[in-house]
Amino acid sequence: MKHIISLLMENEAGALSRVAGLFSARAYNIESLTVAPTEDATLSRMTIVTSGSDEVIEQIIKQLNKLVDVVKVLDLNDGRYIERELMLVKVKATGALREEMKRISDIFRGRIIDVADGSYTIELTGSGSKLDAFLEALDKTVILETVRTGASGIGRGDRILKV
Amino acid sequence: MDDSNQQKVGQISGAEIIMRCLQEENVKFVFGYPGGAVLHIYDALFKQKHFKHILVRHEQAAVHAADAFSRATGEVGVALVTSGPGATNAVTGIATAYMDSIPMVVISGQVPTAAIGMDAFQEVDMVGVTRPCVKHNFLIKDVHDIAITLKKAFYIAASGRPGPVVVDIPKDITAEFAEFDYPKSVEMRSYTPVTKGHSGQIKKAVKILLEAKRPMIYTGGGLVLGDASNELVKLARTLDYPVTNTLMGLGGYPATDKQYVGMLGMHGTYEANNAMQDCDVLLAVGARFDDRVVGNPDHFLSVPRTIIHIDVDPSSISKRVKVDVPIVGHVQSVLGEMNELLAAETKKPDASALKSWWAKIDGWRAKNTSSYDGSSSSIIKPQYVIEKLCEVTKGDAFVTSDVGQHQMWAAQYYKFDKPRRWINSGGLGTMGVGLPYAMGCQLAYPDAQVACVTGEGSIQMNIQELSTCKQFHLPIKVILLNNRYLGMVRQWQEFFYENRYSESYMDSLPDFVKLAESYGHVGMNIEKPGDVEGALQDAFAMKDKFVFMNFMTDQKENVFPMVPNGKGLSEMILGSDPNANDAVDEMEG
Ligand SMILES: Cc1ncc(C[n+]2csc(CCOP(=O)(O)OP(=O)(O)O)c2C)c(N)n1
Ligand SMILES: [Mg+2]
Repeated sequence: MKHIISLLMENEAGALSRVAGLFSARAYNIESLTVAPTEDATLSRMTIVTSGSDEVIEQIIKQLNKLVDVVKVLDLNDGRYIERELMLVKVKATGALREEMKRISDIFRGRIIDVADGSYTIELTGSGSKLDAFLEALDKTVILETVRTGASGIGRGDRILKV
Repeated sequence: MDDSNQQKVGQISGAEIIMRCLQEENVKFVFGYPGGAVLHIYDALFKQKHFKHILVRHEQAAVHAADAFSRATGEVGVALVTSGPGATNAVTGIATAYMDSIPMVVISGQVPTAAIGMDAFQEVDMVGVTRPCVKHNFLIKDVHDIAITLKKAFYIAASGRPGPVVVDIPKDITAEFAEFDYPKSVEMRSYTPVTKGHSGQIKKAVKILLEAKRPMIYTGGGLVLGDASNELVKLARTLDYPVTNTLMGLGGYPATDKQYVGMLGMHGTYEANNAMQDCDVLLAVGARFDDRVVGNPDHFLSVPRTIIHIDVDPSSISKRVKVDVPIVGHVQSVLGEMNELLAAETKKPDASALKSWWAKIDGWRAKNTSSYDGSSSSIIKPQYVIEKLCEVTKGDAFVTSDVGQHQMWAAQYYKFDKPRRWINSGGLGTMGVGLPYAMGCQLAYPDAQVACVTGEGSIQMNIQELSTCKQFHLPIKVILLNNRYLGMVRQWQEFFYENRYSESYMDSLPDFVKLAESYGHVGMNIEKPGDVEGALQDAFAMKDKFVFMNFMTDQKENVFPMVPNGKGLSEMILGSDPNANDAVDEMEG
């Protein structure tokens, strides 16, 4: 099953490579990984999307906790949470496509952030599956380029990950 | 930025700060080897007299010796190596310590800060190279960080589940100046190892233990590292339950005690493996159910049993085998609490169930699977050498071993009654550890008997240390079980590759006696069973001599019992089976 794991770690050189190294050394899946400093500059917040059996996920959480730089780990799937990802898609926009691309973008609540002669760049946020759905709605041949940030996640309500 | 290049009043150099840190940590020995990047450090070392530096002949040996010093004493071992090749030579030693959770601090020199990333002479990304085989590592970038970083390094190495910590220090940092201020303690929000176990879980565990019909206690290296032997003995005696130790846990429970059923696992005793498989309640302490211990986990789990698992590392729990009652905590404190609960308990173990359980175990014991054919008067059996070694040293030596058949025989036939006496590489299985391990033990306990049980393959992987032993007058006794084969490899080839002994011979061996003598040591060749005991007595009587004993042993002897890879614990091949080798073929088929 897919899991979204959030963690806070010391914002130190090499901290990211410790997490990445752990996943490769133990052959855990890693679908996406995002990291950036938090409002407290000594801490980084990371979101990892992974998948595995319950036992594997349990081990992943334990192994992450074992890393000396990791302050806190939360499996967002243990409760209610929100997942968001940002995607930029450059699509062909010529002739009739110009109208159609605009329409599909609107349906998915995307925004066209760059308009060029033959193309649009659409910005879209949402869960990973919404972004997947958008790509699926497009004809493969119109997609010129895509870039996704990987998921960020946060617990709902009073589920708060903080030191 | 203040100018750290100018020495101000009250300031000392980074190199001197390192010396002061080691002094504050009460370090007695630093095992090391100099080089360009650590010249400032070695200069500071020259001027201090708080610890002794042991110059080895290869950095791998420095790390192994520091590792053994730690295994034998419980203190943090310290090694010092230069950048680049010095650092990479140390990696095998670091990985070996990591796999067995040995607390160590390894200081490596690094090229000057400005040269990092420039492919400078003798540059290697030590933090990157060692990341997968350290508990933690640091690259120091400021002279003011040296003291706090070393403080953290020692703290991290020794606390929680112990392990090696690498501290990589660029050369320029060791020449800069700062005031020395060693923190009394450190607190790290990201690192807070547990100590006490959950009291509710402990109560539950005691209750389950008392209800057991076929109980079993299984302890590993964690019990030894956690210094919980006394607590274990008390618990086991109170309950009268059988105890087995893993390879790493030998000596955790006295081997000569009647409740001890021997080592378990791939080369464990018949009684230990069967009791492990058959028990209804299993108490696992500081052990990790690894592949060499429980064999095929599916086979192991095909029998229902309740498992209680005490370990300081939560990630060791339910990793390979799902457990019912996990207790995360320091083994000594948890077992202590269990003993208190048992003392206050009115309920006693089920005496009649226990009686029939012991009868069953004694039945397995009666198979006497550790017997071997010792009738030959011309060929020395390796097992016999170890039995005699145990007798001559009164079971009280520090025994280090290398990796191979000799290691298993040492584990099976030397009866360890005390923890921290059996020093071997269990997790990584590193050939070449034996001699440097013996150095670490002998330095820690100058008056103790130290025996290095080795093979002619393994000893040659760090044979250069004969020179270090000469320099520091280490009266180690090398017990070479010379079978002219990479015996453990040959055994697997005999069993699983139809006797195709691919590259497992050991040819062109040196004359070990002459070799030893060339270093000023004593060498002995022992070729007849009748000479074994006398030679051992002679050797151990030479209290101030390093003696290299070359025992020419049976070339084709195999280690039994054996649980073949992927098989269950109760699917052992026994040496007494007249068709042991056919039995193996059948299982393979
Ligand atoms: C550094 C290293 N290389 C290879 C191995 C694989 N290996 C395990 S046991 C063994 C044979 C050891 O031979 P020897 O030291 O003569 O001991 P014996 O088995 O004959 O007692 C080998 C090659 C290892 N464990 N470590
Ligand atoms: Mg050999």
